[in-house]
Amino acid sequence: MTVGILVVSHSAAVATGTVELARQMAADVQLVAAGGTEDGGIGTSFEAITAGIEELADADAVVVLCDLGSAYLTTDTALDFLDDEVRARVHVSDAPIVEGTVAAAVAAQTGGDVDAVLTAAASAAASGSDASTASRPVDGDQSGPTSPVPDRRASGETAVPMGRGPVPVDGGGPADDVAASTTVELVNETGLHARPAADFVKTAAKYDAAVRVNGVDAKSLLGIMALALPKGATVTIEASGDDARDAVDALEALVRSGFGE
Amino acid sequence: MALDTAWAIDWVRRTAATIDEHRAELVTLDREIGDGDHGENLDRGFRAVLEAVDAGSFDTPGAVFKTVATKLISTVGGAAGPLFGTAYLKAAQAAGDASELDADTLVAVLTAARDGVVSRGKAAVGDKTMIDAWTPAVDAAATAAQAGESPERVLEAAADAAVAGAESTEPLVAHKGRASYLGERAVGHRDPGAQSTAYILRAAVDAA
Repeated sequence: MTVGILVVSHSAAVATGTVELARQMAADVQLVAAGGTEDGGIGTSFEAITAGIEELADADAVVVLCDLGSAYLTTDTALDFLDDEVRARVHVSDAPIVEGTVAAAVAAQTGGDVDAVLTAAASAAASGSDASTASRPVDGDQSGPTSPVPDRRASGETAVPMGRGPVPVDGGGPADDVAASTTVELVNETGLHARPAADFVKTAAKYDAAVRVNGVDAKSLLGIMALALPKGATVTIEASGDDARDAVDALEALVRSGFGE
Repeated sequence: MALDTAWAIDWVRRTAATIDEHRAELVTLDREIGDGDHGENLDRGFRAVLEAVDAGSFDTPGAVFKTVATKLISTVGGAAGPLFGTAYLKAAQAAGDASELDADTLVAVLTAARDGVVSRGKAAVGDKTMIDAWTPAVDAAATAAQAGESPERVLEAAADAAVAGAESTEPLVAHKGRASYLGERAVGHRDPGAQSTAYILRAAVDAA
């Protein structure tokens, strides 16, 4: 199944920039930007969203990422005007637009179905329940006096470096029934970040085994990027499942290769 | 004058005029607790609506409402586009093929419009949104219709209640939309969407 991604922002620059950012890690995924109003101003365009969904007609499913409230309202309105069979293919994610788009694109790049893509996008939210309301105030209960981003940081649930990285949905505990593991040092300049992190996720996703790197899901790009592991850092790769050994060997070889840098 | 197609067209003209007249005020209200685009967006939307209505020919009020809906949705760019657009779309469906609106149909039209806004924006009374103007307007219209008032009087009751409803948003903390980010800082400011709702319903009365 192919999943296309539509990025709906009030700003054309945000939409196209988010698409460019995601494309860097997901070159084969159809990503379409629908940002700004028809006349180039700030706002969301019913026509651009409708055209974007049309542009993704070849995809088996479309996942839509939005920024602020009226992006969701305009998207929902556009969906109301679609034929039932088209509308059934379109899924709106509540995830934060930039992190969610990147995570969704990588999941789509690694062959994920629409559920996997939506789950990946949701995993980009910092901490489960409050994150969806933070990114979607129209449907949420915004009773706090502060803006949603500080709220999210202040929730204290994120234990990642710099206090701004996302955590994987399934937490950071040790894997059950570890069948294979290794410890290896990062030799490349950028460490386990950006493109190397994406390569790591793509490799991990080729195996059925559950794989963890330093305790986080090795198939979660944002979880791995949140570890912020630099050159020289030691990574522990653990896997469980039938092809655990193969997965660990492949990932170890990838790390030792320096990700081609 | 009966609430017929000519009334619906005149309502559009008067709405475009009143939104243009109050554009700066709506911009100011929205700048205080939102993103400041409400006046500009609505003004652009109703200019486009007016062009479309001037260019078209219509047999029923419902047909006029439908054109208003599609133009607002495609031109406004902010939350007001989908919200007012949905309101007019639902109003068009409730008006159906009627060549003029009697009191009961008018109540059905206003109720459908309000319900459309609620289903789109998920706001309730007290959230400091346009629903704080819409719901009192619908309730007042229903009460007036039950008392046997004329369609014009029902409309007037709705418009008066919308004005009071817009005023009632001033002491509230917002729970929806951009203003919800401000928390207590939104207190003391009137919701721009509730205010524009009041202006739109007043224009309907003036056209009648």
